[in-house]
Amino acid sequence: MNRQVIGYGILLAFMLVAPLLVYPVLVMKILCFALFACAFNLLVGFTGLLSFGHAVFLGTAGYVAGHSIKVWGFPPELGLIAAALAAAALGWVIGSLAIRRSGIYFAMITLALAQMMYFFFLQAPFTGGEDGLQDVPRGKLLGFIDLADDVNLYYFVLAIFVFAFWLIHRTIHSPFGQVLKAIRENEARAISLGYDVAKYKLLAFVLSAGLAGLAGATKTLVFRFATLTDAHWHTSGEVVLMTLLGGMGTVFGPVVGAATIVTLQNELADKVGSLVTVIMGAIFVVCVLAFRRGIVGELGALYKRVIGSR
Amino acid sequence: MSEIFGIPIQAFMGQLMLGLVNGSFYAMLSLGLAVIFGMLNIINFAHGALYMAGAMLAWMGLNYFGIGYWWSLLLAPLGVGVIGIFIERSMLQWLYKLDHLYGLLLTFGLALILEGLFRDLYGVSGLPYSIPEEFAGAYNLGFMFLPKYRAWVILASLVVCLATWFVIEKTRLGAYLRAATENPKLTQAFGINVPLMVMLTYGFGVALAGFAGVLAAPAMQVSPLMGSNLIIVVFAVVVIGGMGSILGSIVTGLGLGVIEGLTKVFYPEASSTVVFIIMAIVLLVRPAGLFGREK
Amino acid sequence: MKRNLMGALVGAAVMSLATGQALAQKAPAAKVSGDMVKIGVLTDMSGVYSDLGGQGSVTAAQMAIDDFKAQAKPSWKIELVYADHQNKADVGSNKAREWYDTQGVDMITDALNSGVALAVSKVTLEKKRLLIDTGAASTRLTNEDCSPNTVHYVYDTYALANGPVSVMIKQGNDTWYFLTADYAFGHSLEKDATDVIKANGGKILGGVRHPLNASDFSSFLLQAQSSKAKVVALANAGGDTINSIKAANEFGLTRNQSVVGLLTTIIDIHAVGPQATQGMMFTEGFYWNLNAETREWSRRFFGKHKKMPSMLHAGTYSAVMTYLKAVQATGTDEADAVMKHLKSTTINDMFAKGGKIRADGRMIHDMYLVEVKKPAESKEPWDYYHIRKVIPASEAFQPMSLSRCPLVKK
Repeated sequence: MNRQVIGYGILLAFMLVAPLLVYPVLVMKILCFALFACAFNLLVGFTGLLSFGHAVFLGTAGYVAGHSIKVWGFPPELGLIAAALAAAALGWVIGSLAIRRSGIYFAMITLALAQMMYFFFLQAPFTGGEDGLQDVPRGKLLGFIDLADDVNLYYFVLAIFVFAFWLIHRTIHSPFGQVLKAIRENEARAISLGYDVAKYKLLAFVLSAGLAGLAGATKTLVFRFATLTDAHWHTSGEVVLMTLLGGMGTVFGPVVGAATIVTLQNELADKVGSLVTVIMGAIFVVCVLAFRRGIVGELGALYKRVIGSR
Repeated sequence: MSEIFGIPIQAFMGQLMLGLVNGSFYAMLSLGLAVIFGMLNIINFAHGALYMAGAMLAWMGLNYFGIGYWWSLLLAPLGVGVIGIFIERSMLQWLYKLDHLYGLLLTFGLALILEGLFRDLYGVSGLPYSIPEEFAGAYNLGFMFLPKYRAWVILASLVVCLATWFVIEKTRLGAYLRAATENPKLTQAFGINVPLMVMLTYGFGVALAGFAGVLAAPAMQVSPLMGSNLIIVVFAVVVIGGMGSILGSIVTGLGLGVIEGLTKVFYPEASSTVVFIIMAIVLLVRPAGLFGREK
Repeated sequence: MKRNLMGALVGAAVMSLATGQALAQKAPAAKVSGDMVKIGVLTDMSGVYSDLGGQGSVTAAQMAIDDFKAQAKPSWKIELVYADHQNKADVGSNKAREWYDTQGVDMITDALNSGVALAVSKVTLEKKRLLIDTGAASTRLTNEDCSPNTVHYVYDTYALANGPVSVMIKQGNDTWYFLTADYAFGHSLEKDATDVIKANGGKILGGVRHPLNASDFSSFLLQAQSSKAKVVALANAGGDTINSIKAANEFGLTRNQSVVGLLTTIIDIHAVGPQATQGMMFTEGFYWNLNAETREWSRRFFGKHKKMPSMLHAGTYSAVMTYLKAVQATGTDEADAVMKHLKSTTINDMFAKGGKIRADGRMIHDMYLVEVKKPAESKEPWDYYHIRKVIPASEAFQPMSLSRCPLVKK
């Protein structure tokens, strides 16, 4: 327990000084995607439900945040909350439909429903279609902290991430989280023990959707616009990759996965162009065939072996 | 000029025809997916990318080796089938014992690789592939303008789909296939080489996609993105039809293509989402799909 | 438990990696050093517009830099960077932001795709640099979304619509149907063309919108056909225009109706061929075969790029050259000073004679109404145009009196 606290403490200290060392916008991007991946992991790693359309929550929240802040004049905090709630509501609708089937069908349904929303966004005038919702003002947090400054915004984003991560951590280690794990391990047995499995699944879905939405809304604030890319199925695939690479079912895996993939994309995009997609695909293939536990999972197993062999 | 429901009849029939063409592609692709899923229990996300590969092989064949359309109709699906067999032997076979979702993830990764490679080589805009001489032009039927090539597409797809149905339902090979799907161990015990059947099934399923790709090449732009735009709609078609029967997949595919075409006439804004809306409704009313059997 | 610690430490390790990378790319502070001028070409390198801009724009910019160094021998260094925005406003905007924040880029050019241009224009204003946009079309760049840090250099949707539309209506083609690319550029072009049509007494029978880089135009063209309009106007560009024209021919639309590509360039004619496009009329901003000066420059460009330049390529060369001259004249690369100089000079090179940059950021120069030659009339490859009319700068672009730009005093 102590080691865990120390570990998190070191990381937090590092994150607090990061804007002095690293381009803040890049770190904020990593934090947003890390949150997105952690939210996704709640569903796939801990409940065993592979949603292949999770980008729809990122995108919906992005548009809601952008529109409410830019057009309705919401202050940033309210915009984020409104967006997260909107994503959670959408999560309730999509989840209710998708949970009727399981396994692969569940994945296909989430993908198809997300695609439907994508086309809706493409045509709806308020999203700006292909042009995107541009020029979203960052506003003033609590009325006085000017978020146009990258460093101010960075600490706000970090705070959001820490809060959401703590929430996920608590959820996983709560009785609710235990039931989710039970559903993942053996759904039939969970049902026979009397749990209303559908209700738990739906709740997990809504929670995951809302937190993914929070990530999307924060991202809109950082980059000052929301576009179709956020809701595109490629982004859904990306978050699956981040979680798989980092380690499904581990607490910190998605963060590692997100940091790795975002950094990789950032470095390679200019140098190799379209081949970035090939590299992503190759990582997918390698992970599925040989590296299923992901970075954190494999390292954890290695650590146990080393410790155990002493 | 006569009108039907307030739309000029030429436009109506034209869209209906285009809807049938799209429906043919949906049918062929969902058929391939259903066959693969039946045997391997894997949802082949790479199906769209392999459809694109078929079109690409046809284009490359024409532009690098001078291989014409008719030869491509035979060679490109064979090529895609070979790629499929390679995928199955080298990667997919290790996943059968695992959760089905890993198969989906692996094929998704493969789709990204294929798409990325072709994108890098050929960019994103379409590559032109001309309609073969025999099919240039159109029949002017008075009430509609029927491009010859698209008529051929509908015909060829129907023939291939029905041939597939015939082989699977009415021949001995098909019987072996169905047995291997129901109970692999018992079928193996009877001396039938089940892994070989599996390999050939995957190869055949993707060859169907490749064939669809060659058919598509003259009609649409040959583009590295052509598969990814299509595959998600095909997934929805598969959910609507259920994967229980071959005929069911064919009928659902064609039907949804027609519905999409009609939507374009009366309410174009919804045409890209109508399939998904139908899927949502089917899920509420009949979760196993129209022709599906609850597994 | 241990896994989480492991995860935390791995996370720290990855963060350090990211730090190392980012440190490597952290540039000198935002206030520019006088010793280095960095120009960024932000374009579509592999998509539907890659032939209009793309690698050609990079080549043109590099030519301008090389020529400037040879003639002016400046004391400061000049560097060129380029990136592919993939026709996505977020990719373009993020790249511009990153260039300004971490790489000390002073000026961005090309920026084709109006959606990207509008986003980059905002970032450029925020970071106080310069955008000399040689690629995009939307008139919004000099109207509602005008900016003191943005110059719209080569062409815009007003100029495009102005040329062919009135001529065609006078010839009796008075009913129109639009096939529009569904984003900022298409909307802008459709709107400007609609204004001209109405002003000349024409009628619009309807229109349909298609997604950028659509794979199949048959459905849209069917609708155009059933409208029975005399003219089907293509409010799209690049690969979309090429595919629309090809599909129109395939469906026999061209037998009874005229097809007008409102944004067509010599690149598109070369791709489709004069057989299918003969007689088409549209506004162009540059023609390689116009005079001795354009021929000389274009042959040099052809030697490097293997294709004749589009107006975007020629404009990028001119823009970069003009910018570098302005930096030399003012002795700084600080945006406001350079912009002030830009708006007070006259541009005379192979691209523009007597070109001027107005208060709203619009660069005005002569445009050309061209008609595609019949295949028999074409004497050599790329010899595609009759120049029907030179539209003088004062007429080609939207007059300042109609401007919706807040920077323009009325």
